[in-house]
Amino acid sequence: MSKKPSAPAAKKVESAVPASDYALTPINASLSREQKIELYRTMVRIRRFEERSLRAYQGKNAAGGTNIGGFLHLYIGQEAVAVGCCSLMGKNDHVITAYRDHGHAIAVGMDTKPLMAELYGKITGCSKGKGGSMHYFSPDKNFWGGHGIVGGQIPLGTGLAYALKYQGKKGAAMAFMGDGAVNQGAVHEAYNLASLWNLPVVFVIENNGYSMGTSQARSSAGELAKRAAGYNMDWGQCNGHDVFEVRAVMDHFLTQAREHSRPSTVEIDTYRYRGHSVADPDNTYRTKAEVEEYRNNKDPIQVALHQLLAAGVFTAEIAEQIDAEARTEAEIAAEFADASPYPTVDDIQKDVYWESDHPAERKSEGRLFFD
Amino acid sequence: MPQITYREAIRHALAEELTRDPNVVVMGEEVAQFNGAYKVTEGLLAKFGPDRIVDTPISEAGFIGLGVGASMLGIRPVMELMFWSFYSVAFDQILNNAANVRYMSGGQINCPIVIRGPANGGTNVGATHSHTPENVLANHPGVKVVVPATAYDAKGLLKSAIRDNDPVFFLENTILYGDKGEVPEAEYVIPLGKADVKRTGTDLTIVTYGRCVIHSLKAAETLEKEHNISVEVVDLRTIRPLDIDTVLASVQKTHRVLIVEEQKPFASVGTQLAYMIQREAFDDLDGPIHRLATVDAPAIYSPPVETEQLPNPGRVVKAVLAALA
Repeated sequence: MSKKPSAPAAKKVESAVPASDYALTPINASLSREQKIELYRTMVRIRRFEERSLRAYQGKNAAGGTNIGGFLHLYIGQEAVAVGCCSLMGKNDHVITAYRDHGHAIAVGMDTKPLMAELYGKITGCSKGKGGSMHYFSPDKNFWGGHGIVGGQIPLGTGLAYALKYQGKKGAAMAFMGDGAVNQGAVHEAYNLASLWNLPVVFVIENNGYSMGTSQARSSAGELAKRAAGYNMDWGQCNGHDVFEVRAVMDHFLTQAREHSRPSTVEIDTYRYRGHSVADPDNTYRTKAEVEEYRNNKDPIQVALHQLLAAGVFTAEIAEQIDAEARTEAEIAAEFADASPYPTVDDIQKDVYWESDHPAERKSEGRLFFD
Repeated sequence: MPQITYREAIRHALAEELTRDPNVVVMGEEVAQFNGAYKVTEGLLAKFGPDRIVDTPISEAGFIGLGVGASMLGIRPVMELMFWSFYSVAFDQILNNAANVRYMSGGQINCPIVIRGPANGGTNVGATHSHTPENVLANHPGVKVVVPATAYDAKGLLKSAIRDNDPVFFLENTILYGDKGEVPEAEYVIPLGKADVKRTGTDLTIVTYGRCVIHSLKAAETLEKEHNISVEVVDLRTIRPLDIDTVLASVQKTHRVLIVEEQKPFASVGTQLAYMIQREAFDDLDGPIHRLATVDAPAIYSPPVETEQLPNPGRVVKAVLAALA
């Protein structure tokens, strides 16, 4: 065997499209009016869901207790990334992400009622109240979580791609991570395996500029996506404030994965308006002016609103109606969550083993649980 | 019945399951072209080809995590760790992802992965390569942990492990790989969670597993010949699920217990056993539960001294005599 890599050298894929024209690229121009509106609607639904969840987190329930425990990592400001990427999914495409996962869950089509109920720790939650905010899953929507450890999901996403290839299915896995994850060893091990074995995976770095409270400049050497070149993978960068640009850029890399079984890394520039989690006082590592700059000039929902109004796709009245419906949906989700029961103490030991949940089919013997 | 080695028994189990189920994939460092660092997978590449027998880079977190992800989509990966000691560099993948994904998804996702490889001391490779993590692994609800002592058990248990829908961690032993035992040619499986009384006796029960079963059986012979002491040897075979009923039945018969394990003493498998035996068979005990473990220090390199750090037949004999004194 040669010591030299056999694949062609990796390249940065530059888009030839001027920033203002992404809506005219084939993957976007082919969208129906309804599909374009749906992209907008999904972003608004994510925003309103999360704003409602934040109110629930900060408020009290009727008994005076907390509605939502633990961490709540909000995606507000980043909506165009998940919506743009997930809108490209075909039936053999799969998604996995980290703990800032509400946007992806809604973007793949999960119902917001069980999502809100999961935050409330209720048995009607998408993980029966066992996972919480960071651990949403919906395998029937090809959504494999929702993972709490930075970078730990990236080998799993590579494994999804491995399974697709092994089973001869023409699809791709999208493995999302934050900018902080690029410094984790597991990510680099996954990069190497994906490129070495020609796996159909697109690694998506959602670069919101901060790994918790540490800026990119203080945590990461060099350009984040460029590290892919060291693993002989193509890579690209993209403005994540424009859902149409996200779609246009991601379409290229997803096609490379599906058609040629080649992995790639795409760094999508985005911004979160809220803290790392709700517990983050958000006053030590960035300025209010910086947050306002993004909010006022780059907000993905506002960007899409102006694009769609200018193109005559919809009217301001329809946009307002979409917003009102999204607020109502979030309110209904919160009411559903509030009214739902908690899991019982007996539920704690369910869903631990497949075998203990299927006693009639159990083949092993002996004690599975201890006290 | 033909005599084959523990190594061959594992290889036969792999070959039979690879033949039975096209979703089974064997993956690990040096498992294919090199024929296995310990030759367990010898010949499998030639028989099943590179799609089924896959060499990985030295990248445990990466390839174990890849196996976990693939298992969620229906692949049944059998991952080889060259040494279980390397579990520490894949800890997050093994014990956050494989162990928890079913629970955190509310039962929506299964992880039918097997991770196998040797986990033992006694080969003079120092502390980094001599870990016995069965207690650490079994501490995590959601996983199953198997430690076979004989060729017959290794084959039957590995076939069950590969067919299991939960993650199963299968801990072998480099020193046992060459040991021969009777293994039938006809197909068989041994259910996980079923202990095996390897020797019957009346004066004391040794509860043990893995290579310590072999030490205990040798010690039991010496004790019978030289001290007229009749020892029963219960081989757990599986740590989780745990067949405590077979242990308790033996204790009810002998009323004396010695636990023998190649574990560091603190919070070991034996610690859990001792708790359960005293809790559930207190009135059957004629004395305190004794335990023989590894001398409590990182694994020493020095070859003659390492033998004495671990349980061995001589130490087992002394421990039984002390327990009966």
